[in-house]
Amino acid sequence: MGKYLLRRLLNYAILLFVAVTLTYFLAATQLNPRGLFEVRNPPLDPASIEATLLQYNLSDRVPVHERWWTWFTGVLQGDWGYTVDGGHVNDEIKRRMWVSLRLVTVGSILGIVLGVALGAWTATRQYRASDRAATVGSLLILATPVLVIATVLTILATKFNQASGIRLFEFTGETGERGTYPLAALVDRGQHLLLPTIALTLIGIASYSRIQRNLMLDTLGADYVRTARAKGLRKQKAVMKHALRTALIPTGTYFAFSVATLFTGATITEQIFTFHGMGIYGVQSIQQQNVHGTVAVTAFAGVCTLTGAVLADVMVAILDPRVRLS
Amino acid sequence: MSIDVTGDRKVRRTQSGTVLSVADLHVTFPSEAGPVRAVRGLSFDLAAGETMAIVGESGSGKSVTSLAVMGLHPDTAKITGSIKLHGEELLGRGDAAMSNLRGNELAMVFQDPLSALTPVYTIGDQITETIQIHRDVSRSAAMKRAVELLDLVGIPSPQLRVKSFPHEFSGGMRQRAMIALAIANDPDVIIADEPTTALDVTIQAQVLEVLKKAQRETGAAVILITHDLGVVAGVADRVTVMYAGRPVEQGAVDEIFYTPRMPYTIGLLGSVPRLDADVKEPLATLQGNPPSVVELPAGCPFAPRCPMVQDNCRVIEPPLYPTENPEHTAACHYWADIAAENRSYRDIFPLPDIPTSQLERIPRDQRRTVLQLEGMQRHYPLMKGAIFRRRVGTVYAVDGIDLEIKEGETLGLVGESGCGKSTTILEVLQLKPPTAGNIVVFGKDVRGINGGRERKSLRRDIQVVFQDPMASLDPRMPVFDIIAEPLGVHNVAKAEVERRVVELLELVGLEPSHASRFPQQFSGGQRQRIGIARALALEPKLIVLDEPVSALDVSIQAGVINLLDELKAKLGLSYLFVAHDLAVVQHIADRVAVMYLGNIVEIGEVSEVFRHPTHPYTQALLSAIPIPDPRKERSRERILLKGDLPSPANPPSGCKFRTRCQRFATLTEGERQPCLETMPDLYVVGQDHNSACHYNEERQVV
Amino acid sequence: MSDQLANIPIESGIGSDVDELSSDDAERPGGAKSTGKRLTRRRLILRRFLRNKLAVAGVGVWIFLILLAVVGPMVSPWAFNDVDRRAYLKPPSEQHWFGTTQSGRDVLALTMQGLRKSLLIGLLVALISTTVAALVGSFAAYFGGWTERVSLWVVDLLLVIPSFFLIAILVTAGPQGGSSWLLLVLLLAAFSWVLSARVVRSLTLSVKEREYVLAARFMGLAAPKVIIRHILPNISSLLIIDATLGIGGAVLAETTLAFFGFGVQPPDTSLGTLIAEGQRLATTFPWIFLAPASVLVVMVLSVNAIGDGLRDALDPNSSSGGKAT
Repeated sequence: MGKYLLRRLLNYAILLFVAVTLTYFLAATQLNPRGLFEVRNPPLDPASIEATLLQYNLSDRVPVHERWWTWFTGVLQGDWGYTVDGGHVNDEIKRRMWVSLRLVTVGSILGIVLGVALGAWTATRQYRASDRAATVGSLLILATPVLVIATVLTILATKFNQASGIRLFEFTGETGERGTYPLAALVDRGQHLLLPTIALTLIGIASYSRIQRNLMLDTLGADYVRTARAKGLRKQKAVMKHALRTALIPTGTYFAFSVATLFTGATITEQIFTFHGMGIYGVQSIQQQNVHGTVAVTAFAGVCTLTGAVLADVMVAILDPRVRLS
Repeated sequence: MSIDVTGDRKVRRTQSGTVLSVADLHVTFPSEAGPVRAVRGLSFDLAAGETMAIVGESGSGKSVTSLAVMGLHPDTAKITGSIKLHGEELLGRGDAAMSNLRGNELAMVFQDPLSALTPVYTIGDQITETIQIHRDVSRSAAMKRAVELLDLVGIPSPQLRVKSFPHEFSGGMRQRAMIALAIANDPDVIIADEPTTALDVTIQAQVLEVLKKAQRETGAAVILITHDLGVVAGVADRVTVMYAGRPVEQGAVDEIFYTPRMPYTIGLLGSVPRLDADVKEPLATLQGNPPSVVELPAGCPFAPRCPMVQDNCRVIEPPLYPTENPEHTAACHYWADIAAENRSYRDIFPLPDIPTSQLERIPRDQRRTVLQLEGMQRHYPLMKGAIFRRRVGTVYAVDGIDLEIKEGETLGLVGESGCGKSTTILEVLQLKPPTAGNIVVFGKDVRGINGGRERKSLRRDIQVVFQDPMASLDPRMPVFDIIAEPLGVHNVAKAEVERRVVELLELVGLEPSHASRFPQQFSGGQRQRIGIARALALEPKLIVLDEPVSALDVSIQAGVINLLDELKAKLGLSYLFVAHDLAVVQHIADRVAVMYLGNIVEIGEVSEVFRHPTHPYTQALLSAIPIPDPRKERSRERILLKGDLPSPANPPSGCKFRTRCQRFATLTEGERQPCLETMPDLYVVGQDHNSACHYNEERQVV
Repeated sequence: MSDQLANIPIESGIGSDVDELSSDDAERPGGAKSTGKRLTRRRLILRRFLRNKLAVAGVGVWIFLILLAVVGPMVSPWAFNDVDRRAYLKPPSEQHWFGTTQSGRDVLALTMQGLRKSLLIGLLVALISTTVAALVGSFAAYFGGWTERVSLWVVDLLLVIPSFFLIAILVTAGPQGGSSWLLLVLLLAAFSWVLSARVVRSLTLSVKEREYVLAARFMGLAAPKVIIRHILPNISSLLIIDATLGIGGAVLAETTLAFFGFGVQPPDTSLGTLIAEGQRLATTFPWIFLAPASVLVVMVLSVNAIGDGLRDALDPNSSSGGKAT
């Protein structure tokens, strides 16, 4: 088993290496940090531009494989490189991953819990009014870009604040002005989190309820649910104990998978509510021709995905005895 | 062992002894095409300790009946009539009231034991759950009882096995566990819905024994739902025959089998190939198919298929008339005519004339060899893992077999699932060199085939008919295209294709005008005929038949078997016929090879092997086959094999059969040595009869 | 972009072999087994589909949207690049039904133009990605061995790389101008086939063992022909559903990219770019935002409803309607 796990990790390492290397070559050849200097006014001395670029291993005059090697040896020592203005990528990532985590955790967990509950419930009521309402609601949310959901929520929240006269919803950043009463700092953070959390929860509910409903529909018709009823379990209990338990295996797996990806954030939500998280860092890096930042974010996301995959496997083994033993 | 845990023995027997009483039961479902009248007017009384079999083909309403009694029918079903348990009406009770009865007084054993157990709970948890729903006992007491129950149904080391998950059990063990679950609360009625259909015959024999034992222990009344008349003959006291949702004949088992009075029952009995048949004669064929229960014609539902049909049969649906014996009822207007002459199927149903092949007159050793396997082996690596698959062992699927098929000959290949018979035919069909040994087709060594072209031209001569007539025809193609496809592959001219397809359809007894229909529009038997037509398209010399009739209903099966017999004689074909049903093999084959764990254990001329079996496995296999004859069944002594087939990845040393061998068990320590050490060769035990046992000994088992 | 991850069907991700779709035969003839009045498969599917009101409404809406995108610009008094100097940032009026933008353009005309491009992007991406998924998935499963391992590895690789960033880099550095949206289509398609390919593979694995496929093989039919003639048609229900849902997915992905300026580049416009532009002024001048946003939601909603209806109609296991035993 240990050997098997090791091979698996090795495969992941190779996948990651190839993925990150490809991204590096892409970013290093397609992004143009030199351009940032060339548009400066007054113009800078070309020699000093070149010196700065060389200093940060960003000069396009150095062959790309040489730059890659310099960068890669740095990465092996834990150094992900610098931006043209000397910012250290490591620091950014270290700070931002926690911002992302704070942003999405509550919303993701609420989304999955409520979504699974809604999905399981509607599956037992297939084609009744409540199921149809939930279906239409979920489809509507899933058809709406996050951007639109967040914007609509913002409009509604503004209206609410105006109408009620209290600033319940905060719109920008993680923290703002706060009172002096005890726990004020926490309440303040909560207020800032309210809108993004609602947005993420809604999306989570919509997608998980669809998934869980379909899974439940598969297990509801299963022979073993009929057996459970033949034993004398009432319908509701047979469904909860036998159908839901089995249908939770894939959801649990997916949940495990998504735990690791919480760190990578929710780019659009970050942008709209001005959270300086990972997702938006990736976008800004590209917009600002920040080669090392872009590659680091990609690598970070890749690590999260692969960690998620491992966690998902572990979760399957925990939840599904059929996998556990073989 | 007592079945009673808590001592609150239920007061249950009514005065008359009747436990369950069903009267004029009707069940109707809505469907896309209109209301499905699944059950129409079923009545019966069932006494404690009694076994009643409900026999019928698919769609006859037998399973719907069982679900209606349990109250587990879909909510959309409309049920009328009466179902009384101990005199109390069950219809119209709510889920709560029915739940108190289910698993307590009414228990059920389902067909497919794999899907009927929840995969994520242990067997023990599932049994204790049943107990704790109805009894106020501690978990440890319930668990103790679960162990007792598993022991009762014959699960080895029950203390350990109680912690196993369903997927760790073999099919037979799962069905035993299902029975343990059913009898956990000492029920009054056990409904077993095709409890052995998904199992091999040797396992079926074991499970039927367990079911009988469970009935003895609980004193319950048993409703056995099945399509297998052999099982009925061995187990049932009384029989209800259902056709198109109607009970068409009811009575004691002997009367149904020896003096049937309804032409459908008579035809059904005549269409089953029997292991105890002395001379080969064509099987009774019931023309046509069972009617749709959505749009039933007026009159007797069997009228369109009945050779005795009269005008009034098409107008008035016959009720169940009492016959000579008032307890024996039959739904035929003309039962008295049948009774007067005591007509059998030979008198009622037309028996086709099956010509004999020209080739049969030539002595066997002068005929050409069509297929020869020489020490053929096929081993598969046993792999695990998703990305980096690693080899963890070897599956010895086929481990060195020799076979020979001559022109115009049928070789039956029999054995339990997992014995390697499917692998054998796949190897033959692939026309590629096996792991070891050799395959010679029409004198051509497959090791010498170079390139696809040569292989493709060999394929013309060797074709295949598969088991499942639905799965073997591409549902997206009309029948014409399906039959024409092999012709297209081998570049037959367009005009010729047209002519040939029509010819083939006629040959297999189908309307050429139906060529533009899709497979879904045909019944199972017709689809199998399409499959046969496709196999015949290129005029092959050898046809590999992979369980060609096992997915078909009994009344349909006979027609296909007769067709195969006829084609063989007409076209001089050779068949490699793979089947698990030994009665079918006996009917159709000239020679038979019995396989066990990748080896042939007995081979020879079919009547020789079946009448004088010398290998203990062949004997056990034959003795496990039920015969549709209640008196014979009662007097037969069954050889029950221990346990399940070992894994082909880890076969026992020496003789592979020794772990389950009934003869090995009687040997002394010294006598056992050869069995433990060496795999026996195929010893000659008669003319064209070889058997691979160190202690070959003939025993009559049929 | 993780916001969008939630839309992806459950897959435990990389390397694990969980086959999600129950590969249960989609070919059983519905509920009407062995009935006298046999319904053909096509009629049965149609009947089941028509029962799903939402899906039927979806079809209606789609027809309307396509007409709007194709015929709309011809009959509209304003072209999308016309500038009305008398109306800057005007709310909906008789002249401009959906109002105007800050540069005096007609929002309705812009929306129709954007819809046109978004529809085109959605359809093309779905078509390409489903085709690629079908071919890669089925060939990998059918041939097994190295073909399969290499394909699965590529699939895993594409799942590890966050596609959003790669598309963003390439769009930023790629050619600008009139045909740049074609590059976007290719990029979106290049990353959206992977999950479907896995599902196709697992379905093919089960279909390939079906007896009619074996029968075709044993009659000597060449492998690519077996796949095209017998395997792909029999998983076509999945492919149809996949393509349908893919349209919505592609349009939403384009919107996300557009929001950060990585979508369709000017002078072209799409619903995504319009929404992104409108979003900045959404709280004060909501009409610029709401018109394209509603059209987009309606479009994706209706195509998803169609996909859902198709799934119900094509999958005999779903219990839409009566059942025969």
